[in-house]
Amino acid sequence: MTALAWLPRAIVLGLIAFAIFGPLANLALWAAAEQWYFPHKLPVVYGLKFWHQVFKPSSDALASLGTSVVIALLTVAVSLALAVPAGYALARLSLPLRGLIMLAFLLPQAFPSVAVYINVARIFYTLGLNGTIAGVVLVHAVHGLVFAVWIAAAAFAAVDRDLELAARNIGAGALRTFLTVTLPLAAPGIVASAIFVFLESLDEFTGTFFVGVPDVTTLPLLMFTASVAGNYQIAAITALILLVPSVGFMMFVERFLKADVLAKVGA
Amino acid sequence: MAGAALEIDRVEAAYGAVKVLKAVSLAVRPGEFVALLGSSGCGKTTLLRAISGFVPVASGRILVDGRDISGLPPDKRDMAMVFQSYALWPHMTAAGNIGYGLKLRGWDRARTAERVGQMLAMLKLDGLGGRMVTQLSGGQRQRVALGRALAVDPRILLLDEPLSNLDARIREDVRHEIKALQNKLGITAIHVTHDREEAMVMADRIVILDAGEIAQVGSPEEVYNRPASTFVASFMGAGNVVRLTARRDGDGLVLGAGQLSNEIRVPAESVAGGAGDQVVAHFRGEAVRLGAPDAGDRGMLVLKGRVAQASYPGGHWRYGVTVGSQHFMVDDPRRLHVGESVGIGLPLDSLHLFAAGADSGPAERV
Repeated sequence: MTALAWLPRAIVLGLIAFAIFGPLANLALWAAAEQWYFPHKLPVVYGLKFWHQVFKPSSDALASLGTSVVIALLTVAVSLALAVPAGYALARLSLPLRGLIMLAFLLPQAFPSVAVYINVARIFYTLGLNGTIAGVVLVHAVHGLVFAVWIAAAAFAAVDRDLELAARNIGAGALRTFLTVTLPLAAPGIVASAIFVFLESLDEFTGTFFVGVPDVTTLPLLMFTASVAGNYQIAAITALILLVPSVGFMMFVERFLKADVLAKVGA
Repeated sequence: MAGAALEIDRVEAAYGAVKVLKAVSLAVRPGEFVALLGSSGCGKTTLLRAISGFVPVASGRILVDGRDISGLPPDKRDMAMVFQSYALWPHMTAAGNIGYGLKLRGWDRARTAERVGQMLAMLKLDGLGGRMVTQLSGGQRQRVALGRALAVDPRILLLDEPLSNLDARIREDVRHEIKALQNKLGITAIHVTHDREEAMVMADRIVILDAGEIAQVGSPEEVYNRPASTFVASFMGAGNVVRLTARRDGDGLVLGAGQLSNEIRVPAESVAGGAGDQVVAHFRGEAVRLGAPDAGDRGMLVLKGRVAQASYPGGHWRYGVTVGSQHFMVDDPRRLHVGESVGIGLPLDSLHLFAAGADSGPAERV
């Protein structure tokens, strides 16, 4: 009996590993396949032909990668500009209806996104924001703000109040205290929220589709177009490109974010 | 008070509807070391935080060198606090923490470095300036916190239970070091503590707070030997309480506990609050002399009791003695046995006498 005690655990771990790595393996195969058609279980011809196609200077892929990164960076800037003051206020000031305010940031996520974005697109159309980078950035920022604000509030709440009082006490004004004590100590959390917003923006599809198309093409939109057209190789390669920052973020969170900050997210 | 470094004038503070400070007034001389002593919730920390500007005063004034500062933000008060948690900035080195206040005052790099070096040397932290504070021991952090406060040469040094996170062994040394440093620098210091011995050893003057009010202000010797109320007597360690009957006899009083004791004659003015026919006497366990229950009085009040309990905390024996229905804790160097009849001899100068009723409330609480 005891000899086989490891078996259930091994089966569960195996299934989890398959669920995670199965699709990734499929992705990797498609990225390296030049020809792969039914009924073959594995690609017929391997090669990096499509990588050249994606990375050649005139390709749509590189242009849309550039667009994606620009949009993501702008989204981070807009989100942080709002999340840092909002997070500090939510963490430090005794606001009435604090819970309600926190929840309000979640509101854009609470409704079916397609319905929301169709109406956003309609409004943006009248404002001339449709098909512009600014329009897409706004949509992404609203989407990313909930995480940015929640994580920033948690990061500020984790900074010991006495550390700020000590700075005030020794002669630093409120702004000085914030810039030299509070912000540096909350920085890992703020950076985490920035990365999170960046990734959310990089991955975002629905909003970009309704607000950006046809003038703004981001990487996820390109991937969508490619897979609809049957270009699985192009889609797989784009997906792999999108995977890189996500994995990097996981490593950052694991390395730099302390448990006491994570525990306060949404609290 | 003219020439006071710090004057607190009828200061009140409240958290919501709860009044934490009730018209507290106090004047501190330049260079004086004052301890705010009291149990938790007595308002001592609130008073310190009101002085530092972290807690707004509801009414009253706080004056530094005659200037009203009650409306100023904390950073404009020229004070420096050593926090109970030390509150050192973990993203800075020891030198960075100590030099922060100097940088704020616009000191250039070379002058700041020199001053920080002086502080490190004075606090025996040589060579540790480059360490992150997270890599320092508790005692070293405590010194860095003190150095950060002293570096800016504040008008008033505030100490918020700075020793409570230290090991008992180190604490004894640090008490004397801080006191010596304060003496040397001649700085005015306000020290908050709940530790009676710490306050006695460090302070020039002790302010005992009870429920947001000052119960007594005096030198360590005064508050110890001449407590102004039953509360102060109990708080300062005279925790044994016995009710005595009092009978006028000419210009004196005759005190006794009926069947349980002999009678002694005391001057009428030795009873605080004027004598009625009941007197409450507080005494310390270490101020008594145990003897035979019927030992001659020779100016001592002798309570007749029985040893109910014995322990040896070191140096002397500690006995629980039952007198009638009351229980007293007393110390004596001799070995006695549980069940032995014994007399608790109380010399007149060991008794703190208060008129019963006038101030009996706090006594019951202890």
